[in-house]
Amino acid sequence: MKLELRGITKRFGSFVANDAIDLTIEPGEIHCLLGENGAGKSTLMNVLFGLYQAEEGEILIDDAPVHFAGPGDAMAAGIGMVHQHFMLIPVFTVAENVMLGHEPTRAGVLSMDVARARVREISDRFGFDIDPDARVEELPVGAQQRVEIVKALARDARLLVLDEPTAVLTPQETDELMQIMRELAASGTSIVFITHKLREVREVADRITVIRRGKVVATADPTAEPAELASLMVGRDVDLDVDKQAPAYTSSSFEVAGLTLVGRSGEHLLDDVSFTVRGGEVLGIAGVQGNGQTELTEAILGLRKHARGSILLDGQELLGKSVRQVLDAGVGFVPEDRKKDGLVGDFSIAENLMLDRSDGEPFVRFGTVDERAIAAFAEAAIEEFDIRAQGIDQAAGRLSGGNQQKVVLARELGRELRLFIASQPTRGLDVGSIEFVHDRIIAARDSGIPVLIVSTELDEVLGLADRIAVMYHGRIVGIVDGDTPRATLGEMMAGVAA
Amino acid sequence: MSESTPTPTRRPRAAQASRVDSVLRDALREILAGSIVRGALAILIAFLVGAILIVCTNDDVISAAGYFFARPMDTLSAAAGAVGEAYGALFRGAIYNTEADSFVAGIRSLTETARFAGPLIAAGLGVALSFRVGMFNIGGQGQLLVAAGCAMWAATQWQLPGGLHLLVAIVFGLIGGSVWGAVVGFLKAQTGAHEVIVTIMLNYVAVNVLTWVLRTSPLHNPGSGNDPTSMAPAASAQLPAILGPSFQLHLGFVLAIAAAVLFWWLMERSSLGFKFRAVGLNPDAARTAGINVERIFVYTMAASGAFVALAGVNQALGRTAGFTPSIDAGIGWDAITVALLGGSRAGGVVFAGLLFGAFKAASSTMQFVGVAPEVMSVVQGVIVLFIAAPPLVRAIFRLPAPGAGVRAVLARTRTAETQEVAK
Repeated sequence: MKLELRGITKRFGSFVANDAIDLTIEPGEIHCLLGENGAGKSTLMNVLFGLYQAEEGEILIDDAPVHFAGPGDAMAAGIGMVHQHFMLIPVFTVAENVMLGHEPTRAGVLSMDVARARVREISDRFGFDIDPDARVEELPVGAQQRVEIVKALARDARLLVLDEPTAVLTPQETDELMQIMRELAASGTSIVFITHKLREVREVADRITVIRRGKVVATADPTAEPAELASLMVGRDVDLDVDKQAPAYTSSSFEVAGLTLVGRSGEHLLDDVSFTVRGGEVLGIAGVQGNGQTELTEAILGLRKHARGSILLDGQELLGKSVRQVLDAGVGFVPEDRKKDGLVGDFSIAENLMLDRSDGEPFVRFGTVDERAIAAFAEAAIEEFDIRAQGIDQAAGRLSGGNQQKVVLARELGRELRLFIASQPTRGLDVGSIEFVHDRIIAARDSGIPVLIVSTELDEVLGLADRIAVMYHGRIVGIVDGDTPRATLGEMMAGVAA
Repeated sequence: MSESTPTPTRRPRAAQASRVDSVLRDALREILAGSIVRGALAILIAFLVGAILIVCTNDDVISAAGYFFARPMDTLSAAAGAVGEAYGALFRGAIYNTEADSFVAGIRSLTETARFAGPLIAAGLGVALSFRVGMFNIGGQGQLLVAAGCAMWAATQWQLPGGLHLLVAIVFGLIGGSVWGAVVGFLKAQTGAHEVIVTIMLNYVAVNVLTWVLRTSPLHNPGSGNDPTSMAPAASAQLPAILGPSFQLHLGFVLAIAAAVLFWWLMERSSLGFKFRAVGLNPDAARTAGINVERIFVYTMAASGAFVALAGVNQALGRTAGFTPSIDAGIGWDAITVALLGGSRAGGVVFAGLLFGAFKAASSTMQFVGVAPEVMSVVQGVIVLFIAAPPLVRAIFRLPAPGAGVRAVLARTRTAETQEVAK
């Protein structure tokens, strides 16, 4: 089906999320929407899906104008959407999930056979390899995503919108998804592929539309250079590589040995995790989300009381210490979810900067917060870390993601450190902020302390790390050099030992 | 509070409680973020509702309504008269009695308002403190009663010189209420028990223990027969009148204002208050930043209980006779209203305490012109309803805030997304 968006404008108050966007998707085309977080990609797709009503512009399907009052209309017109976060009911089977909302009935009774047959038919046609009777929660993430696609196809979707579909996948699963996308396109289904990952765009797209600040800034071919696409996305030249010298090792060290954490139902969240980081080097922890990385950093920080094993920082045991004691030992920590664990959104920038030093010098005297000391520190931090804010009293929750992360970095790097840990340091950040954060991490390494980076973005780990440890199911599959090929790392992320 | 290993059974319960917690915390945050305008509107609407009730229950209006279609103006003027008279009585009873023959007699109304406001402010501060840390201290009644009992013990059992005796009695009361509150924080920190349930249950415990104590020597006043009534506090332990013998206003009001100043410093300036607020707004980030959240729960309830205890001390020592277990006079509950209306800020709580103190002070004058005391209770209730209900309903049903900018909405979805991914 051919889809045309003409002059779509969507405003929220005075904020223009989509500004006269024109977009044409030809039948059987894989059309990539490329843009940074907040550029307006999702808004545009929500307009298309009937979740938002555009103030101006029109939607045409096969050259006929249509109006969608809600997602039901859009689905009826043949538009299917696979959200970044799956809209599946975990305890239902695949067939039950697929038929949910338009259950086939026979004489008023649910007809599971029809649903099963439909799933099997679609699964076979595109080689999805999905069992209609499998419970969704027991399927791997990649398969769950295929269930979402089957769900859309079962409603005769002829245009599929995939919203950041690869965020939760391993490199292998990503490759499989790309294959599926190609087959769907070959059978005539149009695909809108939303992403900010340049590699994927170049691999699979037929055409690329770049959106920046609500406007279409360019259309490009998949043959375009990554740097060119990146600069279109950001609006200026960007350096995609991390500049760093060979590590200059120091005598300090961070040593984790036999770290084990058993979960509530007896499963091993961390299973005999051991590694060493030398002063002056970055150890990157790679792996698909949910393989123990979160637990690892939490255990180091003292948030996991049941962890066993040993965590030595310059010979000092950290395991069993409180978070306070671990921080006081000189550990700087950037949590993976900055909104939940890194910042108090309703606190000002200044208050957030003293969050982990709310006792004693330099910010507290005689039990009273020294407003002048914290103000001076905050002014300096805003300057040094280039935090774009109205002032030190602005609520941290009102900053953009990049600036929020800079506040966290400023706080954590503002102390005398002996170890720096950053978890998903650039998740959800714009390209400009990513550059800045990466430079800061390398600067911390070059100051001679051990640095531990946890990231699910393989490119990030490859760019930053001097050595890479891959985690799978709570175990370290292997520790390899920083220049290990992606394919090898991808296999390790799926559990294959190097 | 120890850092020792918690029992493995603790997590599931804590997790359940934390879901309830997060809903309540969302609601609290929104309520506390409410503006002065919202408070003023709530008061205005409540007075209008009160006016309707006054009209509906007024005898003159009812009889005039009997011939409404013949002479509608009669009904309307009777209604206007009833409302005017009632709110006039409120003014005379709470601020200045225009019918009094001397200034001293006239201004007595205002001092009565202050006298009633004292314990409301103190207890309101206590509840407000718990709100700021994202906790619901519904146990004001219990903490107040325990404090009154402890203060009375010191006031009746010992013979000490004037100022010292009063000081000792006050400190005793504060310690009692504080410990009673800290128990709740301790249970929450150790077992994840929700403070709402625990505080409510401890209210019953406090009432019944106090009743038993007041029936038993040495606190029991034998002159009252079998009634649970205490001895009178020794004169040396009574809160002294501050405006001379012609007014009943005593030191308790000054202590309440001093408590408000202390509250302001604690919450807005001190490092402990910084931690309180951090835990209240985002306990996860507080924990990650090395703040011992469980310990803060205990401190919070201890401090909250201490402020509420000042109200209990005020009730026990601000009198010349003994008391019964009804000494709390509903202050523990009114304190919730005061804290909500006051936005849990020191200044707001003082204002709200004075307003509700005015209602109490004017109760008898209003009754004299035929307004049932329940009407003012309804007015209080309506104020809370308009301040607290919309955010509470929104939080429970996860509705978006009206007029929230796109940034806020986007930010919220994004947070939800990252949490989703984290799962």
